[in-house]
Amino acid sequence: MMCDLAMFLGEQVKVMNGVEGFMYPNEIGLQWSVLIVLYPFITGLVAGAFILASLERVFRVEAVKPTYRLALLTALSFLIVAPLPLQLHLGHPERSPEMYFTPHSTSAMAMFGYVYLWYLMAVLVFEIWLDYRRDIVLLSQSTKGPVQWIYKVMTLGSDNISPRSLHIDEKVGWIVTLIGIPSAFLLHGYVGFIFGSIKANPWWSSPLMPVVFIFSAMVSGIAGVMLIYMAMTKLRGQKIDIRCVDTIAMYLFYIFIIDFSLEMLDLIHRIYEADESFRSLNFMVHTKLYVPHIVIQILLGTLTPLILLFITQLVKLPEQVRKRMYVTAGSLALVGIFAMRWNVVIGGQLFSKSFLGYTTYKMALVTKEGSLVAAGLTVLPLFILWALVKLLPPWTAEHVRQATTGD
Amino acid sequence: MPAAAVAWKAVLAGTPEQAPNYKLSDHWWGMLIDVPKCIGCGNCVRACQAENDVPDGYFRTWVERYHVEDENMTNPEVISPDGGKEGFPVAKEDAGKYFFVPKMCNHCTDSPCTQVCPVGATFVTPDGVVLIDQKYCLGCAYCVQACPYGCRYIHPEKKVADKCTLCYHRITKGLTTACCENCPTGARQLVDLKNPKDPIHEFLKTHPVQVLKPQMATGAKAYYNGLDGSVR
Repeated sequence: MMCDLAMFLGEQVKVMNGVEGFMYPNEIGLQWSVLIVLYPFITGLVAGAFILASLERVFRVEAVKPTYRLALLTALSFLIVAPLPLQLHLGHPERSPEMYFTPHSTSAMAMFGYVYLWYLMAVLVFEIWLDYRRDIVLLSQSTKGPVQWIYKVMTLGSDNISPRSLHIDEKVGWIVTLIGIPSAFLLHGYVGFIFGSIKANPWWSSPLMPVVFIFSAMVSGIAGVMLIYMAMTKLRGQKIDIRCVDTIAMYLFYIFIIDFSLEMLDLIHRIYEADESFRSLNFMVHTKLYVPHIVIQILLGTLTPLILLFITQLVKLPEQVRKRMYVTAGSLALVGIFAMRWNVVIGGQLFSKSFLGYTTYKMALVTKEGSLVAAGLTVLPLFILWALVKLLPPWTAEHVRQATTGD
Repeated sequence: MPAAAVAWKAVLAGTPEQAPNYKLSDHWWGMLIDVPKCIGCGNCVRACQAENDVPDGYFRTWVERYHVEDENMTNPEVISPDGGKEGFPVAKEDAGKYFFVPKMCNHCTDSPCTQVCPVGATFVTPDGVVLIDQKYCLGCAYCVQACPYGCRYIHPEKKVADKCTLCYHRITKGLTTACCENCPTGARQLVDLKNPKDPIHEFLKTHPVQVLKPQMATGAKAYYNGLDGSVR
């Protein structure tokens, strides 16, 4: 009798714990939290911002030039923060250097350290340094005190800014950006592969996953830089270059269409194929994931910005209206891409691998993997960007020239 | 005297570490689970938890009870209250069939958990057991995600991956696993596929034996006799 009562209570607790149907007993609590949602979101912003920068540098889209340096600094700010959610999530973060020293060759995750370092040091930091070298040298000559020393160190002893030297910088920078484009794809495609290669999880297991991740990264990065550019220009009391944001919005629209098409292809394929996991996934999309997937990701975060951007492409609206529509579309796109990451990471853990039950994710507030930490990590890159912009103003060319010539 | 008997003698003498020389290359371990023999008593779960100090709420092995109604094979009703540790509530007398399915790590030859571990902390031993070096594990939980059978968890205190070790500390001394030793019906049998005298060879020849989720192609070595098609 006691035994029956205990078991009855046990079942009640399970229901109260948000379990419906049957989960394998070790599956009830989620292993990957909101921090793992942030990881692909942040790396996506990095990759997307870099692709936007490459539009000017490699593909010579002159209209987006005002955002070139800002895009690079944005990418760097977010890249610095990218490993933090992973570190915080680890049970033993002090052991993470082992991934560099003794990587397991068959593990997709083992390559993270190398891909990250390659992208950080060989691509992003190098390109920023090359692009800013002239400014850094000039600033090291025009500033005083400790700031001057910072700039002097940043020149790395290379203070030759003769036209020939700058020409070499330009050439090398172009090559680095060229290498950077596949590297950005690698960085985020690789993140997609981490999920897409898990055959145990049908919500993740798809060869389309890395491709979807790459295009969604471009959407979030381009939207992010566009918003940051508009906000910063406004804060500086300058006029927003409407030709620039028009061009960015156009690229955002086209890439968004590709991204949405790929996601729909994946969805239609799943619906048509309807394999053994489909019933589970279908149930989830209609219940636990209805709001984050259908409402936030698809309706609010994808279709609405796509319609807004489509209108701006179709009708010649007044400048002020266009700007407002871009801000709305860009913000919604970011919400949509965050929701997409959420639905992949969290959604992929809400159903049992037995396909017979569902669990619930409860996000804590102040724990190591809680929502406060996640919110902190989301805004941290903006503070880093603020510091980087102070140190290396993206619009520095005119200022430095003015400072050095005394205009 | 057979190796197991010599080992048992050493165990009885209180010196299990002096068990006979164990050669890794002589063994290839697996488990036979005879589904019709399982009565859902939960002895195996309790024995495992006592032997391996498994934390509350987590399971290195557990037992599921399936209730499959006629013409509804793809939608079975499954329960495993507290991993089946204290047995199961009395079944209702209605249509369909009831049966118990013990679950554990399948000690796969091509284990996805081993493949994804970023530092190689989880590995397949030369005698076919999937183990975790807990002093090396980062606690990233990628292996937990990669296991198709839900056998792994992150230990709440050690903050590293944990799972069934096939009682490696016992089988290398000639003993059987705690779950096998405590199964009253012999529904669980430790098998050594490299031992030509192991009855598993005859059993595999003469019985309809399956592995769980064969489509996962993991080379699972938990062999199920009489497994119903509804089992996931």
